[in-house]
Amino acid sequence: MNQIHSATQEQSWATSEEEPIVRIENVTKTFGSTYAVDDISLNIHRGEFFSLLGASGCGKTTLLRMLGGFETPTSGRIYIDGQDVTHVPPYLRPINMMFQSYALFPHMTVAQNIAYGLKQERMPDVVIRERVAEMLALVQIEKLATRKPHQLSGGQRQRVALARALAKHPKILLLDEPLGALDKKLRERTQFELVNIQERLGITFITVTHDQEEAMTMSSRIALINEGRIEQVDSPRRIYEFPATRYAANFIGTVNLFNGYVVSHENDMVLIHSDEAGADILVHHSQLLTPDMEVTVAIRPEKITVRDHFIDEPNSLNGIIKEIAYLGDVSIYHVELVTGKRVLFTQPNVLALAEQPLTWEQEVSLTWSAYSCGVLTQ
Amino acid sequence: MLKRYPLLIALLVLGYAFLYLPIISLVVYSFNESRLVTVWGGFSTKWYVELFQNGPLLRAAGLSIKIAAINATIAVVLGTLSALALVRFRRSRGHASLGVMSAAPLVMPEVIVGLSLLLLFVAMEDLLGWPKGRGQITILIAHITFSMAYVTVIVQSRLSHMDKSIEEAALDLGARPIKVFFTITLPMILPALGAGWLLAFTLSMDDLVIASFVSGPGSTTLPMVVYSSVRLGVNPQINALATIIIAVVALAVLIAAISMYRQELKNQRKA
Amino acid sequence: MMNIIGRLQQRLQPLVPGKGLITALPWFWLALFFVLPFLFVLKISLSEPQLMQPPYQDWIREVEDGLVTITLNFGNYMMLWEDDLYRGALWGSFKVASISTLICILIGYPMAYAISLAPQYMRMPLLMLIILPFWTSFLLRVYAWIGILKDNGLLNQVLMNLGIINEPLQILHTNIAVYIGVVYTYLPFFVLPLYATLIRLDNTLLEAAADLGARPLKQFISITLPQSFAGIVAGSMLVFLPVMGEFVIPDLLGGPDTLMLGKLMWTEFFSNKDWPLASSLASVLLVVLVIPFVIMRHYEQKLADREQ
Repeated sequence: MNQIHSATQEQSWATSEEEPIVRIENVTKTFGSTYAVDDISLNIHRGEFFSLLGASGCGKTTLLRMLGGFETPTSGRIYIDGQDVTHVPPYLRPINMMFQSYALFPHMTVAQNIAYGLKQERMPDVVIRERVAEMLALVQIEKLATRKPHQLSGGQRQRVALARALAKHPKILLLDEPLGALDKKLRERTQFELVNIQERLGITFITVTHDQEEAMTMSSRIALINEGRIEQVDSPRRIYEFPATRYAANFIGTVNLFNGYVVSHENDMVLIHSDEAGADILVHHSQLLTPDMEVTVAIRPEKITVRDHFIDEPNSLNGIIKEIAYLGDVSIYHVELVTGKRVLFTQPNVLALAEQPLTWEQEVSLTWSAYSCGVLTQ
Repeated sequence: MLKRYPLLIALLVLGYAFLYLPIISLVVYSFNESRLVTVWGGFSTKWYVELFQNGPLLRAAGLSIKIAAINATIAVVLGTLSALALVRFRRSRGHASLGVMSAAPLVMPEVIVGLSLLLLFVAMEDLLGWPKGRGQITILIAHITFSMAYVTVIVQSRLSHMDKSIEEAALDLGARPIKVFFTITLPMILPALGAGWLLAFTLSMDDLVIASFVSGPGSTTLPMVVYSSVRLGVNPQINALATIIIAVVALAVLIAAISMYRQELKNQRKA
Repeated sequence: MMNIIGRLQQRLQPLVPGKGLITALPWFWLALFFVLPFLFVLKISLSEPQLMQPPYQDWIREVEDGLVTITLNFGNYMMLWEDDLYRGALWGSFKVASISTLICILIGYPMAYAISLAPQYMRMPLLMLIILPFWTSFLLRVYAWIGILKDNGLLNQVLMNLGIINEPLQILHTNIAVYIGVVYTYLPFFVLPLYATLIRLDNTLLEAAADLGARPLKQFISITLPQSFAGIVAGSMLVFLPVMGEFVIPDLLGGPDTLMLGKLMWTEFFSNKDWPLASSLASVLLVVLVIPFVIMRHYEQKLADREQ
């Protein structure tokens, strides 16, 4: 992984001195000739809410299943709490998992489902009963203890699955698309509950999701995975504001990309010429870039300010509004530059007017600060 | 959607009539006073009385039930193992050949199975001295061989529709594979095992051809007695026997249906 | 510690009676009692009959001390080839099996299709009604047709009372009775797998076809029928294969002109005590059945793959 932006970070797990709770070293998993996971190394620290984010089929679930012990890496090693668990079967790992389908035992009641893991430890019945009650209370389903899974709603099943996976107080909880089966409203509410539970118990959560919003809301750090490889590991804020690669910039949120080459680099300020933009762009960037190097400038749509006439300044592009998408809270404007390139910017809809100040075929000038855009080298 | 196609409904009704008219005729004529099955001579239960005084037939029925029950139990064990092997251990050695071997008995003509097993038993007796002659043991072995194929199909279909992550969840919660099988997999496929047992029982009770080949003196099964009687023409006692079998099956189905319906109601009330 | 146990378990896997035994137990049972016997059939089919117990001569014989003679007897196969009776029986079996399969398709397809279109709550009971006769005795159900089809049987009485015919039709002990019996017995075997295929078809395909202007009949012919083809073939083979060797139905319902392999084999074995000839008949039947069996496996595999 190539982290271009030097870290003056808000809080960095990456620089932590403590032994990580999960250490993944050069893990590769092949199915036949396809690489599901391709040489991934990753550290996850105690108490993190860590997300593996990526499109479907990118290998994130395979990675999670290797942590759970359901798949064995083709090569590489996995350490949990300092112990090599690469070949340890699932039933001997201090890890529990919440499955995407919830995988509740259909022939057992809610209470029996939750008690199942505790029974395997041969705990005394009294302790089991106490722990089950504690778990039922934790996820607020005390009244459902005697129900069978098929008598529960989707949201209730999700809670049972969570309670069952937490009952053994695992060191790590794996969550495979934990909110994937819930509808949007329920999903938003459950996101916060999950974070609350995680903070209260202090257990490390590792979740797999394809939903960037979900990952951004819940995670302390996100690993963005593409085609079996890690694109970037960072906090949600840094992964959004300073994407490391074009893929990362495109995957999370919307971004305008301008291909160009470095003209000069002085005092942390890079001057880049882009034929696509038809202009020179000035970007704040601390890592040294050599002239003529091919780079891409990334600008998020909401970082752009707009003026309703053409002007001629650095970091400003002139164009004509071609399309407007009204989303309620904001509107997205598509601007066609003189070069033919389309640029997106967003504006909050401050005034509840039918006639917005910006309209189709209007000439506008787009500008942004040198501090609010990034340079991508790969 | 069916309502829109009256022709299809008519064909369906005709199909069911075709399936059930013969069965109904069997039942009706079992209560016929007259020996000439097709001439109605008034209501009577005398054929049932005669049936229960027919010693050889009752003995054969007892033997058939015994063989069928043992056969069903062993066939369920072997068929379940074979289904597990086919669904779960796709990469193990012998997987492909097991697939072929467990599908073939379903369609293999009975005369071939019967003859080939007889020749095997004769050769085995010659070489190993076992099994001594032919009788209950050889019938049992023959029945298990084709019954387990049916059990395999039933259990296989249940297993392949099972969410695999349910078993993974049990592993994840600390249960060893053996324990997972007995606490999770087995309870979940239990209905299929029950259906498999009943089917294996029925197949064994019903088999004439294979048993004829591999049976010996003193091991006459019910179908063999029925066959020798039926060859001579219509016999009202056989109608009575058929009626009893039909009644038992119908009763079992009714009980199963009612208990399923009750369960359904209970679930609805709870939810 | 965990790791050591884990590794140990991996090492020991082949020794632990787990996976291996699960496959091995049914495998050896079927190999011993299903596959191996065929070799004996083949062996006996190449030997000469004799009036002894067992009624055949082993073709490996010890004549004097250490001197072994091997006499292969292809006479049985020659006889099968030359005698019209046996060729006729093979053709007869093939004819009955194919025509019955065809009739099963014609009767069974509308039934399976109708059940798959029925409202959800009716499907299970309707399906149960198809399976139910199967649980009662096969022999007794064939027997029921004797009472219906014989000269003074139910069918003739009804037809005569209705004035449709004047004198009884001879149906029992003809090939027509055999067809009725076979279709009646094997219909559920065709309907069930076909229903399983039909019920899994994606309904939106039909809606898409309707949306694109196809009328119901056209929808059926262009969507449902080709999509259910694998189910038709699999179900047909479940009828065709066992009927090829059927004994009970031609024996009880058929007449003197009903020539079928299964019945012939039974006669050679039980009446003529000619084990070698019966074995060679069985071998021929077995070889004939290989092709339809392979076709069936192919389509069953197709159906299984579609489910995953």
